[in-house]
Amino acid sequence: MFWTPIKRFILIIVLVIVAAYISLPPEFSLFGRNFARPDLNIKIGNFTLKRNFDLHLGLDLAGGSQLIFLADMNKIPADKQVTALNGVKNIIENRVNLFGISEPTVQTSVFEGKSRVIVELPGINNTQQAVSLIGKTAQLVFEEVKEVPGVKGATPSATLAATNLTGADLQSAQVVFDSKTGKPAISIQFTKDGGNKFADITGKNVGKQLPIILDNQVISAPVVQGQITGGSAQITGSFSIDEAKQLAIQLNAGALPVPVNLIQETTVGATLGAASVRQSVLAGIVGAVMVCLFMILEYGGLGVIADIGLFIFAVITIALYKLIPVTVTLPGIAGFMLSVGMALDGNILIFERFKEEKPKHEYHQALEIAFGRAWNSIRDAYAATLITCFVLANPFDWGFLNTSGPIRGFAITLGLGIFISLFSGIFVSRNLLRVFIREKKQK
Amino acid sequence: MINWMKYRWLYLLISGTVILSGIFSLFKWGLQIGVEFKGGTLIEYRLNKYLATDKIGQVVKQNGIELVSIQKTATNSDLLELGQVSGTQRTNLKSGIEKLGVTVDELRFETIGPTVGPELVKKTAYAMLIACLGILFWVAIQFKSFKFGVSAVLAMLHDSLVVIGTYSLFGHFFGAEVDLLFVTALLTILSFSVHDTIIVYDRIRESKKNFGDSLYDLANKATSETMVRSLNNTFVLVFMMVALLLLGGESIRWFVATLLVGSISGAYSSPFVAVSILVTWDELQKKFKKH
Repeated sequence: MFWTPIKRFILIIVLVIVAAYISLPPEFSLFGRNFARPDLNIKIGNFTLKRNFDLHLGLDLAGGSQLIFLADMNKIPADKQVTALNGVKNIIENRVNLFGISEPTVQTSVFEGKSRVIVELPGINNTQQAVSLIGKTAQLVFEEVKEVPGVKGATPSATLAATNLTGADLQSAQVVFDSKTGKPAISIQFTKDGGNKFADITGKNVGKQLPIILDNQVISAPVVQGQITGGSAQITGSFSIDEAKQLAIQLNAGALPVPVNLIQETTVGATLGAASVRQSVLAGIVGAVMVCLFMILEYGGLGVIADIGLFIFAVITIALYKLIPVTVTLPGIAGFMLSVGMALDGNILIFERFKEEKPKHEYHQALEIAFGRAWNSIRDAYAATLITCFVLANPFDWGFLNTSGPIRGFAITLGLGIFISLFSGIFVSRNLLRVFIREKKQK
Repeated sequence: MINWMKYRWLYLLISGTVILSGIFSLFKWGLQIGVEFKGGTLIEYRLNKYLATDKIGQVVKQNGIELVSIQKTATNSDLLELGQVSGTQRTNLKSGIEKLGVTVDELRFETIGPTVGPELVKKTAYAMLIACLGILFWVAIQFKSFKFGVSAVLAMLHDSLVVIGTYSLFGHFFGAEVDLLFVTALLTILSFSVHDTIIVYDRIRESKKNFGDSLYDLANKATSETMVRSLNNTFVLVFMMVALLLLGGESIRWFVATLLVGSISGAYSSPFVAVSILVTWDELQKKFKKH
């Protein structure tokens, strides 16, 4: 390495300042004055770089709802199930976006032939509306009434026959108010193709009913007055405004290729989440102070260096959470605190080794030997923890392992913590000590 | 130097007592299975004033919902564990309680279908199996011997048994329930346990070059050398965990308690279980070779 300890020291300081800036909360007050941390917003020519450095909180901390739907694949051949599930996912995504929920996530998971869609909606408390919005198949069909001639003088009966006009022929749907009744209704605009089909069907059925069927239920059965060629129609039913809005969203997003059923719901109110954040932060601070004091009592000056390393660890970790970004959940906070423990373990290993080597060697030599020898055990031990983190985080989405958010959050924060603690516990402490020892020698 | 390996009977006695009492509790009382595994509904309400739990229970029954338990999380917060609850039942339940003259804030609502539980158990089993195999091979390769790998994994099993057994006691006496967090804690303990074991192993590997081949002596030396580090590290973890336990709130209490038990067991098991097994194995091997 061409780098001198002083240069590395400067590098560390620069890095810490940048990381500390990013990890500041957006607004804070110090000594009675209020400060605000501006977000990154760089514009050079056509190139714009905009990042807001806010912590992404998971549903258990920020409040929100997780819904898990089971897709009914009974009628779908095995080779088409993946396509169908992806179709479900896309349509649910569209519906949620049209509904105007910010930052939703929609994931799919398949385990032992069971296909699921996992929907996470931050900031939602009233889930019933969301469940019916997402969970309805919204299969729209227009049907003709066909007369069946009566056999041997019996009265003729009527059956419904599906036409080739379905929800797939829609261009758009929107909520309007019926000019006569003032009730909410849905105005639909067909695609060009759909418009032609519609003109065809209405032409054939003048004077007859043309039932409109949603998910096997007749929602209205208007009588066709004459052929409609404009490519648009209006569905009037007994909707409330909310129902009409929901239906419009569902028609715009499209029908689900297979029906889905809600099997699991988890909703955390925002107040409970905020309380959890407060409690964990308080616990974290108390724990950290106790640990720092312990290190100083046990190792004196070396303990101070370890505490500085720990501070740098915390600052870099929070900055990376914001940059990557990592969604912070309650188990994630626990993972972070455990990685604090592991970061200190690295230091404890080195310092204990140093105590052993000190009688045999000169001060700074003993230190270098301690770092070198301790590295072997740190490397092997951290690697073993990374194996577990890998299995828990399941980065390749293997269906036979867990895909649940909280466990993943825990594994990712713990795994990230291991890498950062390698940096803070070994690179940073080592260079701080080198600079510190040099100063001592010069005096 | 202390002859740690001479007292292997004592370690066997300690581990045996803890594990057997855990297994006794498992057979006698089992584990309290949480909603996440057995299916059902959890609702947490915050009211504006105190309301007796049996009054809430009456409203639950009026709505035809199966009542498992009601627990106060604070004087005016209640956690309800129920059977399956439909959307309309949920609304009726809340308005039914409001009719008793309180305002109701729904803090949490979880409902889980009965099919999810067995799947979670399977996925956890797979995860444990893969993690164990991964660690077994990693340790075996790093220390160039399967003995080391197998002993490390046996120590991991020891810690898992200690934790599961203790959790059964927690469940019986304090109502701790097996949930997703417990599973996470269990898997973390596996990595903690092996982390400590590797650190002791590393000293055996290092001393082997200079101090010959007697695994018995090497084990004693390594145990002495890592004892202070192991104690200090356990102190750090215990400080962190006790802070989380006392101040971290209800929702992670049992998670942290599990980690606390596991990290103490993990630190203990490294020299006293993993290395003890390793030394015993080595002795048996030599005996068989002689004959």
